[in-house]
Amino acid sequence: MEALLAVSRQMPMLLRASVLNIELLLALVAIGFVVGTSVALCQVYGGRTVRTISGVYEWVFRSIPALVLLFLFYFGPAQFGLRIAPFLAAGLALGLRSSAYQSQIFRGAIQSIPTGQLAAARALGMSRMRAVITIILPQALRLSLPGWSNEFSAVVKDTTLAYAVGLNEIMRAARVVYDRQYELAMPVLLAVALVFLLLTFAGNFILGGVERRWHIPGTETAGGGPQADRSR
Amino acid sequence: METLLCVRDLIKTYGANTVLTGVSFDLARGETKVVIGPSGTGKSTLLRCINRLSAPDSGRVTLDGIEITGHEKSLNRIRTRMGFVFQSFNLFSHLTALGNVRIGPMRVKGMSRAAATELAKEELARVGLSEKADAYPAELSGGQQQRVSIARALAMAPELILFDEPTSALDPELIGEVLDVMISLADDGMTMLVVSHEMGFARSVADEILFMDGGTIVEQAPPEQLFTAPTQPRTAEFLRKITTLYGGDAR
Repeated sequence: MEALLAVSRQMPMLLRASVLNIELLLALVAIGFVVGTSVALCQVYGGRTVRTISGVYEWVFRSIPALVLLFLFYFGPAQFGLRIAPFLAAGLALGLRSSAYQSQIFRGAIQSIPTGQLAAARALGMSRMRAVITIILPQALRLSLPGWSNEFSAVVKDTTLAYAVGLNEIMRAARVVYDRQYELAMPVLLAVALVFLLLTFAGNFILGGVERRWHIPGTETAGGGPQADRSR
Repeated sequence: METLLCVRDLIKTYGANTVLTGVSFDLARGETKVVIGPSGTGKSTLLRCINRLSAPDSGRVTLDGIEITGHEKSLNRIRTRMGFVFQSFNLFSHLTALGNVRIGPMRVKGMSRAAATELAKEELARVGLSEKADAYPAELSGGQQQRVSIARALAMAPELILFDEPTSALDPELIGEVLDVMISLADDGMTMLVVSHEMGFARSVADEILFMDGGTIVEQAPPEQLFTAPTQPRTAEFLRKITTLYGGDAR
C-alpha cells in the first residue's frame, strides 16, 4: 500500500517522461512509414539494381539487433567528430529498422493486388506512377493495416530502448526512482507496464477506427494483409 | 469507309511459344468486328498487343494514322482514345461505381471533380446503372460490374473500344444485360473490336467476323457468309463443333 502511494507520487514524473516516448514513437512511425513504402515500391516496381539495393537495405536493417543499431547510430558519427543528438540517433536507428519491417508488410500487400488493377489503370492512359499512386497504394495500404498494427505495437515498445543513449524517456525515469529506493522497483516497473498497456490500447483503438473507416463495403470476408514477419 | 485501326503483321511470342504468327486487318470507323476462334489461339493476346498492355515482338498498329509505339508518353495519350473492357472487369475495388467511371476523366484528362462526376453519372445512366452509383464493385453482380467497366471506358470518350471476352466470366443469366449494352453501343456507331464466344451476338452485330486459329486470321467475312458458307476447312470444323455444343442455330 505504501509502495503504491510512493509510486503514485512518482506517476506525474513517469507520465511526463512518457511524452518523450510518444514523440519518439511518432518519429519512428513516420520514418518507418515513408521509408518503408518507398522501399516496398522499389522492391516491387524497381529495376534490377534498385531491387537489389532495397533488398540489401531490408536485410541489413532486419538483421542487426535494435540495440546494436542504436549504438552504431549514436557512437558511430562520433568517430568522425560528429556529435549526433540522442533523439536523432534513436529516431534514425529505430525508424529505419522499422521501415525494413514495414517494407515487407507493404510489399506483400502490393503484390497481393490483382495484376488486372494495374492493367485497367494503364489501359485508361494512366502512367505507371499515377496508376500506382491512385489505384494500387490505396488498396495496398488497406490490406497492410492488420500487419501494420502489429508492427506499431512493436515500435511502441522499441521506444524504451532509447534510454540506452541517455534519452530521458520513461524507462530512464523509472530507473532514477528505483536506484534511489530499491523497494520501489517492482511497483514502478508495473506502472511503466501500465503506461504501455494504455499506449498500445489507444494506438490499436485508433487503428481499429481507421480500419473501419477505410473498409470497402462488400468485402466482408476475413482476410487482410500479411502479418509482419517479426522474430523477437 | 475511313480506316481507324490498322494492324499489320503482328507477331508475339512467349518464350518458345509463338502466340501471334502475323496478324493483319483493318477496322473502319463505326465498324464492329468480332474475333472468334478456339481458345489459346491468341485472341486476347491480339487485343493486348493492340493497346500494348503486352508489347508485340514486331508488327505495326496505327490508330487514325498514328503508330502505337512503346514510347511512354505517346502511349498513354493514345490509350485514352482506345477503351479496353476486360474479361474479369478489373473494376478498381476501392472505388464506388461512380468513382470508377470518374477517375479516368479526372486523373488522366484533368477534368474537374464536378464535371467528371456529371459525366460519370451520364455514362452510368447509359449502361442502366444510375441507381448503383454509390455501390462498390464487391456489392455488384458480375453483369453490373461489367456494365460499370464499359461506362468507365466510355467516360474517356474513346474512338474505339476493345472487348476481351466481356461475357466469359459471367453467369448465363447475366450475359444478356452486357450484350444489350454492347448492341446499343454498336447502334450508336461506336467502333468496336470484340473477342467473344457469343455467336448470336457476333451474328447480329458484327460487320465482319475474324476467325483466328493458330495465331493468325484464317478467315474474315461478314457473319452470314462466314457462318453459312465458310471457305476454310478449319473455320468449318470450328463452327461444326460450336453447333454441336449450342444447337442448330450456332448459338
